[in-house]
Amino acid sequence: MKLYDYVLSGNCYKIRLLLDFLELSHEKRAVDFFPGREHKSDEFLQINPLGQIPVLEDDGAYIRDAQAILVYLASRYDPTATWWPVNDPSELGRVAQWLAFADSITSTASAARLHDVLGYDLDVAQARAGAHRLFRILDDHLANQELQGFNWIAGSNPTVADIACFPYVALAGDGGIELFYYPAIQRWIRRFVNLPRFKLMPGINIFD
Amino acid sequence: MTLDTFTRSQWYAIGRLPDFDGAEAKPVRLLSQDLTVSDKAGVLSVNDADGRSLLTQIRYGHLWTTLSDTPRPLYDMPEFDEPDRRLVTAGGVGVRCSGLRCVENFLDMAHFPFVHTDILGVEEHPSVESYDVSMDAEKDEIWATKCKFFQPMASAAASGGQITEYKYRVPHPYSTILYKTCPIRDNVWDLVGLFIQPVEEDECIVHSFILVFDDENTDTGLLHFQQNIFLQDRMILENQVPRKLPLDPRWELPTRADASSIAYRRWLKANELQWGVALFNEAA
Ligand SMILES: N[C@@H](CCC(=O)N[C@@H](CS)C(=O)NCC(=O)O)C(=O)O
Ligand SMILES: [Fe+2]
Repeated sequence: MKLYDYVLSGNCYKIRLLLDFLELSHEKRAVDFFPGREHKSDEFLQINPLGQIPVLEDDGAYIRDAQAILVYLASRYDPTATWWPVNDPSELGRVAQWLAFADSITSTASAARLHDVLGYDLDVAQARAGAHRLFRILDDHLANQELQGFNWIAGSNPTVADIACFPYVALAGDGGIELFYYPAIQRWIRRFVNLPRFKLMPGINIFD
Repeated sequence: MTLDTFTRSQWYAIGRLPDFDGAEAKPVRLLSQDLTVSDKAGVLSVNDADGRSLLTQIRYGHLWTTLSDTPRPLYDMPEFDEPDRRLVTAGGVGVRCSGLRCVENFLDMAHFPFVHTDILGVEEHPSVESYDVSMDAEKDEIWATKCKFFQPMASAAASGGQITEYKYRVPHPYSTILYKTCPIRDNVWDLVGLFIQPVEEDECIVHSFILVFDDENTDTGLLHFQQNIFLQDRMILENQVPRKLPLDPRWELPTRADASSIAYRRWLKANELQWGVALFNEAA
């Protein structure tokens, strides 16, 4: 199994987290995303015509899109079937719903971070405003979950939905987005970083 | 704050060469001024907002420019001409603080165990042993030598922990280079350095490079190692208050073994540097 990986990418971090949680042996192929833009090279476009990372290669097949890779890995390699809870259709529906939400976090909070850290030319005020709108929704949801005794996005266990939402929420500060207003998100981040085999990524401030 | 002579008379790196391939008046900000870079048939030129053409030079993998017509010469790094060394330029990373703060953080080994945990330091070995700091009066630059630190993973080529010996050099208010024991060759130093582009007094872009002997890692592997470490620093730097460098003696009295930081601040003061510095009455 091979992960096409970039060390500063939150989307790649999602895959690194699940590979560690499930203790799956794998190799990493370092992609020069910045400054080299290797993900837009002809060679890489053969692997993913969208020119995006992450991509996972397993059993000779390429899978792209972080959320798709999470679903694939969890369905195939999680014997407990908790990360992708196939045996509970209503929980599974909630997980899938929040996977889609995670992709909107990428297009807002991650965009602000690309602007501030790597100098991408984009409308950072709009990206930050979009992130705040999503974080408000997530914070309310997590507070409600806590009231019902649930620590995680889709219920009482962490799922791929938590993994998919975690990186760009926890890295929001890199893009000038304060998490100060989102106490339930902060508590969820603290629970997340305490999961067994969790590894920190630079930019995540757990001392807040 | 007006631009002081010392700051104004320097050369500044504003990007790697490939960043300007085919550039047509690409905007670049330096010392609170809007500049543009253009690539005409492979020749790079830099203009200011009034259309005046600025001096340029290409060195150390980067394009350099200056606002001055009579700049101080750019410092020499003869290691760039040595055969077998690998140069990896890591690209510009934006940081919301004065570039002077980035230099100071780079010099401070005390942060290794807490910021670069299990890479450049371990929490069990937090103390910094004393080292020598000297001024090279002729070149007007600072050297810190005989720095030693226990490092679990001193570079991408390291295969285990080692006592790493360091030398630090500050030849320019916005540049610093460290020379560290090469884990795979005797009697040579690996270089890691920062060329900082001051954007505003409290904002900068850090162009970093590594120039090492390494026959194991790919360039991209070296790049990831370097960027991972720098992003750890970035978060710490962005949390410092104030964002400018406090040069007022009443502030942040040094309590740690940061003799190089004291020397750096003294040197900036002696050169009457003012741009990027916080004054006491700005505190509130
Ligand atoms: N929906 C994709 C988005 C992936 C994505 O945005 N990846 C970034 C790096 S973190 C990328 O490759 N961006 C380049 C681009 O979109 O052109 C996923 O979740 O994997
Ligand atoms: Fe550091």
